[in-house]
Amino acid sequence: MTDPVLSIRNLTVEIPTRHGVFKPVEHVTYDLHPGEIRGVVGESGAGKSMTGNAVIGLLDPPAHVSEGEVWLNSRRIDALDAEDKRRIRGKEIGMIFQDPLTSLNPLFTVGEQLVETIQLHLGLSASEAKKRAIALLDRVSIPDPAERFNQYPHQFSGGMRQRVVIALALCTEPSVLIADEPTTALDVSVQAQVLDLIKELAKERQVGVILVTHDMGVIADTTDTVTVMYSGHVVESGTTDQILGAPTHDYTKSLIAAVPRPHTKVERFPMVSYGDRVSTFKIDDLAAHWTKTDLSKSGKLVEVENITKTFLQKGAILPSHRQYFTAVDQVSFDIRDGEVFGLVGESGSGKSTVARMIGTLYPVDGGRVIFDGEDVTAMGADALQGYRRQIQMIFQDPFSSLNPRMKVGDLVAEPIHHHKILPKADIGPRVRELLDWVGLAKDAWRKYPHEFSGGQRQRICIARALATQPRFLICDEPTSALDVSIQAQILNILKDLQDHLGLTMLFISHDLPVVRQMCDRVGVMRQGKLVEVQETDKLFNAPQHPYTQELLDLMPRLKQLA
Amino acid sequence: MSRLQTILDSDQFYAFRRSPVAMVSAAVASLLILATVLAPLIAPTNPFDPSSLNLMNGFTPPMQPNAFTGESFLMGTDDQGRDVFSTILYGMRISLFVGVAAVLFAMVLGIILGLLSGYFGGWTETIIMRTADVQLTFPSILLAMLIFGIAKGVTPVEYRDQMAIWVLILAIGLSDWVQFARVVRGATLVEKNKDYVAAARIIGQSPLTIMLRHILPNVLSPVLVIATISLALAIIAEATLSFLGVGAPPTQPSLGTLIRIGQGFLFSGEWWILFFPACTLLALALSVNLLGDWLRDVLNPRLK
Repeated sequence: MTDPVLSIRNLTVEIPTRHGVFKPVEHVTYDLHPGEIRGVVGESGAGKSMTGNAVIGLLDPPAHVSEGEVWLNSRRIDALDAEDKRRIRGKEIGMIFQDPLTSLNPLFTVGEQLVETIQLHLGLSASEAKKRAIALLDRVSIPDPAERFNQYPHQFSGGMRQRVVIALALCTEPSVLIADEPTTALDVSVQAQVLDLIKELAKERQVGVILVTHDMGVIADTTDTVTVMYSGHVVESGTTDQILGAPTHDYTKSLIAAVPRPHTKVERFPMVSYGDRVSTFKIDDLAAHWTKTDLSKSGKLVEVENITKTFLQKGAILPSHRQYFTAVDQVSFDIRDGEVFGLVGESGSGKSTVARMIGTLYPVDGGRVIFDGEDVTAMGADALQGYRRQIQMIFQDPFSSLNPRMKVGDLVAEPIHHHKILPKADIGPRVRELLDWVGLAKDAWRKYPHEFSGGQRQRICIARALATQPRFLICDEPTSALDVSIQAQILNILKDLQDHLGLTMLFISHDLPVVRQMCDRVGVMRQGKLVEVQETDKLFNAPQHPYTQELLDLMPRLKQLA
Repeated sequence: MSRLQTILDSDQFYAFRRSPVAMVSAAVASLLILATVLAPLIAPTNPFDPSSLNLMNGFTPPMQPNAFTGESFLMGTDDQGRDVFSTILYGMRISLFVGVAAVLFAMVLGIILGLLSGYFGGWTETIIMRTADVQLTFPSILLAMLIFGIAKGVTPVEYRDQMAIWVLILAIGLSDWVQFARVVRGATLVEKNKDYVAAARIIGQSPLTIMLRHILPNVLSPVLVIATISLALAIIAEATLSFLGVGAPPTQPSLGTLIRIGQGFLFSGEWWILFFPACTLLALALSVNLLGDWLRDVLNPRLK
């Protein structure tokens, strides 16, 4: 085997705080060989990105490397002064960050930024540098590179921008590339192209790549070797097949077990407990309290007929000069009693807008929403209150969906207060029961939301959504902001609710394996239109619409998984 | 006890103990405020009681016995024989009262208008915010004088002195609401798009409940910062108006009135009548202002 191009030995990062020294990275050791793509996985806060930043000397003070060594091409670089580190950064180590929008300077053309970097590090003449830049743009598959050379970043789409960033990272022929969640902000179709490009370039130029990600699909499809991190430590390292297929450490096992499988449906996600992540969810007594389980008259709880939503894109005083953007275009579907109906699509496809129209957060511009035989769009204020009591919504971001200035008990009690469901004296006990049902500690009601983790906050959101005993639950990307092991817990809770209460749900997600696990039927949306509605199994096994086929092709295979 | 513990343990209090400027400002401001509250107990004389005044004590320099009566005064006396130290204590009462009341008035008005325009947008926002823009084109002191003049015109002569303080509060408050409204509107625009507001709307809560219960508590920290800085400015504005003779009447002298009275004697050698009230005003406004600046840095880490 060749010598490693980058070698991290026993690296420890310390951040002194007023509560003592905090070590986000502790004794991390791994090697990177030329042409190797090493995935670094772990939950948020596990120290994956911090390790990368420490290697290139980009730690924000007061964080500093307190121990360990970093070797680049047999040269020790962790002890260099700031000026030397700056020279290595960009020249010998290239970087790709998560958000392609902020990695490029919006005031300079793409060409200027490439030429500047090339000249700075390689000392070529302007015309040579330009030639090289255009060749690079061509290499990262930007069409018409000579013309694109003179355009500004805002004239590129998200995926194109990320390619420009890759070109920028490669223009000085670095021997190591650090890619920190390079595709997290991108849609699946674009993600696949960017990852393929990184894969090709690594092999072609013998560049070692560190790919930091939380997405096991990306790991399975792209990397050669994997390092698993948990709270600052490396818990396991090995080849991708070995880690995914035969993990040895308990944490890795629990992580792999929690990944939703795209091809087989499981009843519940297996919970391999590690650390303090034990679910205490008890559902049995919840059903006894549920009063609203009666079926709808027609067997269809929600019927959506040709709903349309347009947003004003460019305002003008004259109505004829106004420009509108159609976010949802004539969408129709129905949701049966006790069914979980999935809506999938890429960002901007209008799936959240549909959910918000059903939830009365947006007025409907055309068409009707019918709930249990009643037209919601024609309801008066009183009837609407009755409707709102029967529906609830769970949002994507558990950090913004809870009012930070209210105690958890008050948050959960709010819907009960508003709809006057219970006499005042009974509200406190009911709130504590609800919090207990979703697996939170007894005293949780006394705390504020910021004292809880993302997964716990999402449980609070579920408790609040259950407070009115709704018949219909709208889940808008309920787990996409969560780590994979937490995602499994939340999805299990939703499955339990569905089984025990017969709750009808609209489940919105961009993550196809999750949809496969959760939904009975699925609708696929693209650019505001519903292109296909099908039973989940049929959709995944025999997609009819070309767009659905394309989406399914891009889904990570995860065939190495145990 | 546990609440006190939480405060002592908070990051804000930690930042406070690490900042000498904040600690000194807080000490000076609290000392001055305490002196104001306890004025009747501390002040050697009551400057509003004509029977306690002795004209023979006029123009006594500080810390020196009077040539006729032999009495000595810490900060000297003015032309009427009033003890300058006592008039400062009582004057500061008026200055602080007017400042605090004017800021509270401006704050309440600004919060209401800011919440309304931020939450509803459209025409509500256009009308409120354009009014604010128009008002900003006038110097605020000019506006305050205008309001003061109008109010003086409509109140009967016999009530003028009594009403002067309230008119002052109204005038300063009305010229100050704009920045509260602007900040609250901006913060409301951010907060109203967060999912917790959507969650409240899905329950079916009314706009009023959502604004007061959900949005208001989350936009209050910038308001607190502005209120502190505005307090310093309102105290100065009051002093300016009183100095110009349109504020607190000589029978109820504020710090500004005292400075106006004192400046007449500066060139004839009785410097102390001007000097001490001016220093007090400086100390009061500066300490409150520095405290506000520090608060802004602590509550808005991005500014650092």
